[in-house]
Order: sequence, then C-alpha cells, then structure tokens
Amino acid sequence: MTQTVLEITGLNVDYGVGDQAVRAVRDVDLTLRRGEVLGLAGESGSGKSTLAYGITRLLPPPGVIRSGSVRYHPVDGDPVDVMALTPAELRRFRWAETSIVFQGAMNSLNPVHRISTQLLDVIKAHEPDMSAPARLARARELLKLVGISADRMDSYPHQLSGGMRQRVMIGMALALEPQIVIMDEPTTALDVVMQRQILGQLAELRERLGFAVLFITHDLSLLVEFSDRIAIMYGGRIVEEAPAAQLYRAALHPYTEGLLHSFPALRGPRRALTGIPGSPPDLRAMPPGCAFHPRCPRAFTPCDNELPVLGAPADDHPGRSVACWLHRSLESR
Amino acid sequence: MRFLLQRVAFYLFTAWAAITLNFFIPRMIPGDPVQSLISRNQGRISADAIESLRVLFGLDENESVWEQYVDYWKQLLQGDLGLSFTFFPAPVSTVIGDSLPWTVGLVGITTIVSFLLGTALGVGAGWRRGSWVDALLPATTFLSSIPYFWLGLVAIAVFAGPGSFFPSSGGYEPGLVPAFDQYFIPSAIQHSLLPAATILVSSMSGWILSMRNMMVTVSSEDYITVAHAKGLSERRVALSYAARNALLPNVSGFALSLGFIVGGTLLVEIVFSYPGLGYQLFQAVGSKDYPLMQGIFLIITISVLVANLLADVAYLLLDPRTRKS
Amino acid sequence: MAISPSSIEQVIPGQGAMAQPSATPSRAKRRPFRFVANAKAATGLVILAVYVLFAIIGPWVAPYDPSARSSDILQGPSAKHWFGTTHLGQDIFSQILVGTRSVVVVGLLAGVVATILSILIGVTAGYLAGVADEGLSALSNVFLVIPALPLIIIITSIVERASDTLVALIIGLTSWAWGARVLRAQTLSLRRRDYVEAARASGERTWRIILFEILPNLTAIIASGFVGTVIFAVMSEITLAFIGISSITSWNWGTILFWAQGQQALAQGAWWWFVPAGLAIALLGTALALINFGIDEFVSPRLRSGGSTRIRTASGHTVRMRVGFTPVLNPPAVAPPPVPVDAVVLSSTDRKGGSR
Repeated sequence: MTQTVLEITGLNVDYGVGDQAVRAVRDVDLTLRRGEVLGLAGESGSGKSTLAYGITRLLPPPGVIRSGSVRYHPVDGDPVDVMALTPAELRRFRWAETSIVFQGAMNSLNPVHRISTQLLDVIKAHEPDMSAPARLARARELLKLVGISADRMDSYPHQLSGGMRQRVMIGMALALEPQIVIMDEPTTALDVVMQRQILGQLAELRERLGFAVLFITHDLSLLVEFSDRIAIMYGGRIVEEAPAAQLYRAALHPYTEGLLHSFPALRGPRRALTGIPGSPPDLRAMPPGCAFHPRCPRAFTPCDNELPVLGAPADDHPGRSVACWLHRSLESR
Repeated sequence: MRFLLQRVAFYLFTAWAAITLNFFIPRMIPGDPVQSLISRNQGRISADAIESLRVLFGLDENESVWEQYVDYWKQLLQGDLGLSFTFFPAPVSTVIGDSLPWTVGLVGITTIVSFLLGTALGVGAGWRRGSWVDALLPATTFLSSIPYFWLGLVAIAVFAGPGSFFPSSGGYEPGLVPAFDQYFIPSAIQHSLLPAATILVSSMSGWILSMRNMMVTVSSEDYITVAHAKGLSERRVALSYAARNALLPNVSGFALSLGFIVGGTLLVEIVFSYPGLGYQLFQAVGSKDYPLMQGIFLIITISVLVANLLADVAYLLLDPRTRKS
Repeated sequence: MAISPSSIEQVIPGQGAMAQPSATPSRAKRRPFRFVANAKAATGLVILAVYVLFAIIGPWVAPYDPSARSSDILQGPSAKHWFGTTHLGQDIFSQILVGTRSVVVVGLLAGVVATILSILIGVTAGYLAGVADEGLSALSNVFLVIPALPLIIIITSIVERASDTLVALIIGLTSWAWGARVLRAQTLSLRRRDYVEAARASGERTWRIILFEILPNLTAIIASGFVGTVIFAVMSEITLAFIGISSITSWNWGTILFWAQGQQALAQGAWWWFVPAGLAIALLGTALALINFGIDEFVSPRLRSGGSTRIRTASGHTVRMRVGFTPVLNPPAVAPPPVPVDAVVLSSTDRKGGSR
C-alpha cells in the first residue's frame, strides 16, 4: 500500500507581480508517495528547480507563489499545507520534514564554519533539548552514514573534495530523519565515478531509512535508472508522468520521446540520437495551445491553439498521465 | 602563516618605498631651505644637528646621491629625523613622540569604533532590505559626502562655545600637566568627545553603505538558502551565515582604505586644534618646517602599515581559507 | 572611502546556483545608456550638470567681484547679499559661484589623469600577467596604502603657490591606485573568458584584444573609478585650500572656508560664511556618489532595490518579499477539506527493479 506524503495541487509560481510577472510554474499537480523516488526532468528553464524551491517556499525575490496548495502528510497526525504556514511554523517544518540537497556542493556549505558547526546547528535548532554530547554523537553518526570518517568533523568546507562536500550535504539532509528529501541536480557538478558512488549510496540509505526523494535533473538517463516514477516538465507544466520503466519503454509525449533520444541507450537495440530541434520557449511569450507545438514533429490541428491538460491517456496506460492531444480522444476536448 | 609572511614582506617593501620617497622629496625643494635657518641660529645650533640637516636635505654637494641615500638610512636607523624649525631646537622625533599618542587615541579608537558600529548598522540595513531602513540611505550618502573638517566647524559652532560642556579646542584643560591622574584623564576625554563624534558621524556612513551592499550580495548565495532551508532562526541566518561572510570583504576594504580615512581624520585635529599629528602637520606646513613634515609623513605611513598588518591578522582569523590547512 | 560593491563582487567566488530567471531578460536589454533610467544615477547627473553649468557661467553671472571689498561688513544673508558678506564686505554668493569653476576643473582634470593612469597600469598588469603584473600590482598596492592626503599636502607645500592645474596633476598622480587595482582584477577575469581566449588563439594582436575585447567590458568600472577619483580630488583640493597651502588668491570653496576659519567666523556667529560652501561640497559629493550607486546597480543587478518589496495580495493584506520565505499571494484556507489520498498502487514490477 502506498501512501501519499506530499500532494501538490494547482501550484502557480511567478517571478514578479502584476503585468511584469513571469509565470515559471503553471498549474502543477504532482503527488509524491512515501518512500519513492520521483524524478523530475526537463530542459533548463522548464521550471523544475522553481517548482522544487516553490514547494519549500525558498524562492528568492522576486519569486512569489501565486496560488496552489502543497499538502504534507505526516506519518501520524493531520496534513499541513506548507503554503499556509507562518514563518515560525515554516522554520519548524523545514529540515525536520523536508530537507534539500542543492545543486552546487561548492556553495551550499558556509565557507567560514567547520563541518561540525554546520551539522550541529541544525540539530540544535530543531531539538534544543538534546544534550551537547548527544548532538555531537549524532553528527558523527551522520558522517559515518555517508562514509566520511569522524575526524573530518573539524574540517572547513574548502578542505574537502567536491564529492565529500556533497556527501556531507546528504548526511546533513538526513540529520532529522525527514520524510522527504528534495535533490536539485545533486550530482551535476561531480565526475561520473563520483556520481555513481553517491547515487548508489543514496539508494541504499533510502532502502534503510525509507524517506521519499524528489530528484530533479536535466539528465533523464540518470532518472530512468534511479527513480520509481518520472515527471517531465516543459514550459512550466508537467507534460508527462509515468513509472520509470514504462516511460523509458514507451514515451507518450513527443517531448519525452525527444529527451529519450538525446542520450544513447545502454542496453537493448540501438536508437538514433535525434535530440529536439528548436530552443526552449520564452516564459514571457509562450506560444498559444501546447507550449511544445512549435518544436513538435507530430503537431496537428488542435495543438497550436488549445492547451492539452494533464490526464490519463485515451489509449490504455494505467498509472500514467500525459498532456498531449495525440493521446486524448478528441471528444474529451 | 605564509599569507602573513607575504603581507609583512609587502609592508616592508612599502615602508622602504615611502622612506625613499621621503628621501627624494626635499631634494625637489627649490633653493636652500636650511641655510637660512642655520645662519640665523649661528652658534646656537650644534655641529651634529647641522650635519643631520645636511644629510636630510642633501646639501653635501660633493657626495653622490647614493652616498647621500646611505647616510640618510644610517641617520634614520638611529631614530634621527632632524631638527624641527618650529620647535627649534627640539628634534623632530621628540615633537612626533609628544603628538603621536593623541592621534592614536583619537583617530585610532574612533576609526575602529566607526568601523564596528557602521558594520553593525549595515548588517541591519542589508538584512532588512526593502524596509524603512532603505529610506535612510540617501541621508547617510549625504553625510559621507561632507568633508570631515567642515562637519567639525559646524560641530564647534553648534555645540561648543562659552559655557558649553564641550571645549572647542585643545586636547586638555590648559594648565594641566599630562599625566595619568584623576585631573588629566577626564579633561582629555572631555576634549576628545566632539572631535571623536565628528569623525564618527562622517566616517561611519561609508561602512554602513558598504556593509549593506555586501549583505545584499551575500544574501543570494546558496549557503544562505541552505541556512533558511535548515529552519535556523532568523538571527542565526543573519549573523552567523550572512553577516559573518559579508564581513570578510569589508575587513579587507577597511585595510585598503585606512590610508584615505587617516588622511581625512587628521584634518579634524586641525579644526579642533587637537595636539596630534594632523595639527602638527598643519603647523609645519604653515611655517615651512620641512623636517617635521617629512617626519610626520613617515610616521603616519608606518602607522597605517602597522594598522594594515593588524587588519590582515584579523582577516586571517576570520577567514579559514587563508589559514594553512 | 566606501568600497564599491562591483569591485567586491570578484572576491566572492561563484554565482548562486539559483540564478534567477528574471536576471536573464534584464541582461538582454542592457544598453549603454540604460543606466540613466536609474533614478539614483539620473538625480546625480542632473545635479552634476547644474554644477558644470555654474562652472562655465559662474564668473559671468556672479553679482559682484568675489574679491571686491564693500562697506557691508560681515552681514547675514539678505536680498542684496544672498549668502551674506565677509569681514571685508566681499559677497559670499559670488565667491561660491566663481569658485565652482576651480573645483569642477580640478576634480575633472585629476579624475582624467588618475583614470588614464589606472587603465594603463591596471589593464596592462591584468592582461600581461607574470613579472610585469607582479611589479605593477606591487606599485599600485604601495600607492594604495601610503596615505595620499598627507603626501599631497607635503608635495603641494613644497611647490610654492601651486596653480589649479598643478594641484589637479598632483592629486591625479597620487590617486590612481584604487582604480588600477579594481581594473586589474576585472581584466584578469576577462582574460580567461572564452571570447578573449578565442581572439588570442586566432592570432589577434594584443593591443586590438585590449582595445576591442577587454576595454568595452570595463566601461562601467572605469566610469565608477573616475567618479570616485573626482570625489577624492574635489575633497583634496578643498582641503588644500582650507589649510592654506594652495593659492589663496584664486577662489574656490576651500579658500572661502580658509578665510572663514582664519577670521574666527565661528566665534563671531557668522554661520553664513562657512555653511554655503560646506553644503555645496556635500551636495556635489552626494551627486557623484549617487552616480556611482547607479553604476554599481547597473553592474550588479542584485543590488537593485527593484522598487517596493511589499506586495498587496488578493485578500488585501501585504506581504514582504524576502530571501528564505517566498510569499504566497493567495494562501489556501487554513483548515482544508479532507482530500482523498491518491489510491493508485504500483505493482512491485513497476518499482525500481523493473527498469532492468
């Protein structure tokens, strides 16, 4: 039985307000289940990072959340809506329930404080009653968890390698045993060997601790291997969502198809590498209808003026949804 | 340690450059500034003193520039800066020795207080960007554009005067003997209040502005977002994460602009007739007392270099990246 | 002297990973004179223009000869003498007007000299690297830490009765170091950019690369350094005149203050003698500082206050935009209706192992 842990409905995120607003995330509905890895992929500018920072309300100005709800379901207790929390409630909620591993391991750690200080302060902020030795023991345990020896506790960030820094960040993300860990391109800055190592470790930790992961990347090949389900974003909207294996085997949206043909298959028959012609849409001047239609090889009549909504495809694909006229019986319009 | 040694080497080089500059400047003076003094005081001036002035001004025609330079260094290393014209026959080193503590006390302390206070206010202004604090920025800009000495004049006109608590000039009550006792210390403090306030008001706004801008810049760094994501208290994010990092460039800026600041603050001494180096320089300029001018320039430069070194040590303690791992 | 943020930007490595999409469109729109639209820069430029106008026409429109004595001795402001008179009955308003030219000329001339020197030394050092760079950097660092004002005072006092031009030259020759340092750092980072590397690889001549690839990208920093030097030069010139080193026969605002101080204007309560000159200096300084703020905000968009950070939401209350807490314009009702949990169950083959 899979339970929902995070439920995003009708989320709209803008940069700026009024006429100048750039709509970066549009009407997103997405559900994260307890303990799963949900992959979120798309080109840069598709709104995937904005979505991640939007649901945690960490977007810097001029980012604003125009509307929508992000409901968190704790293991026991009533669901809370992150969008309705006061700053004080939000501070208590953060890291204890959802933690984040950021893109740049280089810049995520405060350069002037020791690793230990940065591990301890988050524990102290959320569990003020814990004794100092207990906090220290917990911090050591966290480093051990990600395979870093405890004598690195007193190092400064600049004394660690990129991979070690990112592992420290992962260890820190697990400090309060959150239900959700959001990962924004956590391995992009690392070399391939280090990338493998960290992903392997992450999969193992998830088995053990049972947290759910929202994994954001532009590298769809990584997601196919690593995640349970995958959502594809284009122009601020989710255009397709499916179990990873199914998405890889048979993509429904032409954009997903294009993404899949942008990297070579490791197994199975060879595919032609085609890529996607054209460039990502300008968020301030979106084409009418389906945002992808100017680049779509299979665009037809309704695509250039009517927006396809995300829904179950007309052809029988249980557990999947897609926003494309190709997979919608025309009567449903 | 390596960092510090590099800095020390650089400061030694700068000191050498300043001393060499000081050697050449008097040689550009048209005519013979010393001869008249010597002839005027024939008999009252010792042979040693004459010799030292000749070295200082390069009057020995039959010595090469290099020999003059070597002699100059020899003399300097003995602490001999020549004789002051104004305070004849007191040596320059004595005159400077008397006025240096006043400048260190007034300019030194107020510069540090101004930096600390301005930085603290800048942290507040930068963190609460977009709040009412921003409305004060134009006012601080205006304040930082006022010349120090003019603000001093206004301060005297407004606050000092007959019967006022604030004396308008001097470093202590006339008639008192400088000593660390219960009469002299309070009087010295009372005399320093108005000049100190003048320096504070006009120099602090620069630090407020630069620290505010650094806070704004640092606020968009990733580790600040991480700190927020960690659910740390507002105070902790603002101080331990944002301000702590924003402070670093401000400290190096402090070190670099010390030369500018000290130059400006010395003028406050002139306005208040405060018995420090700035006032002494003013008097030396007025009476064409070249040895005293040069001596003061040398001492100010070396003081600024020492202050720079101290700022470097502070930076070293603040930024783990400059420490050797 | 405040530090310009554009010069500090280089101290902080890396941009935030959360580069805001809004920064991209604004960069695309960047045009050379767009920063004039910046309110701060525009205000500063207008005030500066007024000063320059007075510098040109001042001596012609001044109601009196600034040195002419009259019987109106030490009088307060009146219709006849707007800013009052001195102990010799000279008209202070005329002295301010006539003195503007000297201040503006010295400021601009010293600014030009220092800027040219800082470009020559800073850009060369940054581009050439190696021994030449070390030598030139050491030179500018030495000039940076040696207190400039005392040095200027001493040099000027040796030169008897220095003219405005000479004062400007002395100030310009001693105050280029800050600009050189900032330019060197920026050139160093530009040198490693792809397009410069490409130009070098294709055998472009060094002077052409510096002139056409590097200098255009330094415009804002050069402008900011120029304005900064003008501020410093104006203050220095006025200081020199105030302590009576430079020529006291030609009028500038420092000369006015010199006489005011010398004649005990304060003790006599003649506030009008020194207040106008001080305000004129402060206003000019503010105008120049505002221009520099405009340049800084132009160079690093993060500093832009971007208008109000308060937004009015649909429900009528105001929220503040700030880092760390993204505002929600239409917050959901606090007590939400129960929503059925999504009941789609994945079969075990759909889970991770299924992709193999």
